[in-house]
Amino acid sequence: METVEIDATGISTEDLNERLMALMLDGTEKFVLKNVCGQRYIGTRLYSKNGNKPRVDIDITGTPGSDLGAFMSGHRVRVHGNVQDGVGNTMDDGEIVVEGRAGDVLGMSMRGGKIFIRDNTGYRTALHMKEYLDKKPVLVIGGTTQDFLGEYMAGGIVILLGLGELPHNQTFIGTGMHGGVIYIRGKVDKLQVAGQVDISEPGVEDRKLLDKFVGEFIESFPDLGLNKEEILKGDFIKLAPKSKRPYAKMYA
Amino acid sequence: MKSFVFPEFQIIRDEEKCGQCRGCERQCSFGTHTYDPLTDRLISDDYKCAGCQRCVIFCPKDAIVVRPTQSFYRPNASWSREKIEDLKKQAETGGVILTGCGNDKPFRIYWDHIVLNASQVTNPSIDPLREPMELRTFLGAKPDLMDIDFKGGDVEIKTKISPHLMVETPILFSAMSYGAISYNAFKSLATASKQFGTLFNTGEGGLPRELRAEFGGNAIVQVASGRYGIDAEYLNCAAAVEIKVGQGAKPGIGGHLPGEKVSQSVAETRMIPVGTDAISPAPHHDIYSIEDLSMLIHALKEATNYEKPVSVKIAAVHNVAAIASGIVRAGADIIAIDGLRGGTGAAPKAIRDNVGIPIELAISALDMRLKNEGIRNRCSIVAAGGLRSSSDIIKAIALGADAVYIGTAALIAMGCTLCQKCNTGKCNWGLCTQDPRLSGRLNTEIATKRLTNLLNAWSHEIMEMLGGMGINAIESLRGNRDHLRGIGLYEWELEVLGIKGAGQ
Ligand code: SF4
Ligand code: SF4
Repeated sequence: METVEIDATGISTEDLNERLMALMLDGTEKFVLKNVCGQRYIGTRLYSKNGNKPRVDIDITGTPGSDLGAFMSGHRVRVHGNVQDGVGNTMDDGEIVVEGRAGDVLGMSMRGGKIFIRDNTGYRTALHMKEYLDKKPVLVIGGTTQDFLGEYMAGGIVILLGLGELPHNQTFIGTGMHGGVIYIRGKVDKLQVAGQVDISEPGVEDRKLLDKFVGEFIESFPDLGLNKEEILKGDFIKLAPKSKRPYAKMYA
Repeated sequence: MKSFVFPEFQIIRDEEKCGQCRGCERQCSFGTHTYDPLTDRLISDDYKCAGCQRCVIFCPKDAIVVRPTQSFYRPNASWSREKIEDLKKQAETGGVILTGCGNDKPFRIYWDHIVLNASQVTNPSIDPLREPMELRTFLGAKPDLMDIDFKGGDVEIKTKISPHLMVETPILFSAMSYGAISYNAFKSLATASKQFGTLFNTGEGGLPRELRAEFGGNAIVQVASGRYGIDAEYLNCAAAVEIKVGQGAKPGIGGHLPGEKVSQSVAETRMIPVGTDAISPAPHHDIYSIEDLSMLIHALKEATNYEKPVSVKIAAVHNVAAIASGIVRAGADIIAIDGLRGGTGAAPKAIRDNVGIPIELAISALDMRLKNEGIRNRCSIVAAGGLRSSSDIIKAIALGADAVYIGTAALIAMGCTLCQKCNTGKCNWGLCTQDPRLSGRLNTEIATKRLTNLLNAWSHEIMEMLGGMGINAIESLRGNRDHLRGIGLYEWELEVLGIKGAGQ
């Protein structure tokens, strides 16, 4: 596997992504990007029109700019550091692992692939995430989020592990939610959750999902030395929409 | 609860002519006509009639007349029949009134108050049948300066030119999503644009995979707030990408495709489960500012390797010119503006009929603002919403548009009668429906022919009018307001339109 290392110091967003694209089309499968500082849309451009679907690994040190992995189709990104807003925006497929925290609208309209965030995330996490058949996006967050988690959510799986210092203080969880599922480990008051969302205990099938994705989360961060049994032992709640047809009765 | 609303239409069947073939019964998806075997007669329920005229046109004996009902409330200039009946319906259901098509209220239609010029004596007119006449239009950002190099008689362009769209006529098909319209209607628009050399717009419902290779090159694919059906292939197979911020029929609100219309195939194209409400939030939740919009524009340019122009579509509202200036500065190559009379598959009536401004005023305000700011070259303007004829189009271009989108006009070409029942999903003309029995009524070959005929006819009329003005390229008319004069308009209206009064 050919690896290319790029020092991103002083390179513009457009130039950096153009280089990644050219190298990918030339057969590079792994990129190591050093000193990334604010360059946006990393991974977005990497699509080949000739039908073959190249899959590359991108290892980032530094702080990538907004829209990391936006519209991305199938690559693997690992960030040693924090990320900004719009990570995984309308992402189609692939995997993003962040050894740090993420900003707002993380995973907005994401339709497939996985995102693992080690720490906390900003407002409107998993906004309007959706799914179709076996294409189900998965978002696992080690810490917690700000308000409006899962707003308009239409599909996919979100797991909040609450491993950090912060309690789940966010409000308006699941406003407008009409699909998908959110699992939260730890305590959430009913008042923090929107009226159209049903709060229940995870069942057997839910436990299987949790087992699988918590396992993958732990594997993504081997340095943390997390214990799966310990984490899964905690209290989990399940949030799912009461109706898939929120607008069914609105019209004359 | 007994409804106190009386029927909108009255169906009159000439019993002498009727041959009891039961054609009307089969034609009507609203169940208006039924056959009574006891009397061997057809019975019609006026209450069910949508006024779409399908049965009238398809009755082999010309036996049916459908007309507005003769019953009336006591005439009242304030309480029109429509106001009374909408109120009653809401008292009976407690719901929002939904409707289809564009605003039908008598707001001033400026097209009908503007006249065109023609050459007499001093500047001879041109006959398009004898002389070349250019309607070909390029849409996209033009550079501020063009740097060229002469090398041994050859000219080389040194400036990096942004990607452009080329259309053979300045008429594009407006965004109509698969989901709002039927597969056959969608495919007919795609085929007609390909045959004619223009573009259609997918709306926000995605582009069915099997159409991508053949029609992608003629498609403007939309990215709307719901982000349905978007993947890298969708973006990259298209001619251009359009960010839909607003729509003339419903500025400021999102859309919902009701679960009933999310069939297997619609679900597949939008990539959402069958039968769920497809909700497009009112705003894009990643766009709360011009800077955010710029970020999405560039994300899409990245996603398409800077090979495609990015358009931003907004509804024409009060500050449209200032907003558009921001959009150009955010990096859009094309601005599509949709006026007050723009159509829709479904919109709350209160919004359709009361929000936004007429497209004529918006085009002019926008064109003048961008010119004054010295950035008009940086984007093309595509105007939409209420263009009904070739003369409306040529006036739009003289007011400053580069091209126009037609939606309602294209539907009418395929058979639509503007019955405004699109939101029911029961369109008898096979246009706004997902019911295979109804959509099968639309023959794609015939519909395509009707669309290309329309494009042909209008393009030819535009050439005639251009020739009459002594102009041989549509480009020379763009923003050329000297060729327009207003009739019966107030001073402020002439000022916004940037035109003189007739005789001035
Ligand atoms: S289609 Fe005409 S002829 Fe046939 S049943 Fe209806 S009204 Fe009679
Ligand atoms: S598309 Fe169909 S339902 Fe809509 S107005 Fe036209 S004829 Fe009526």
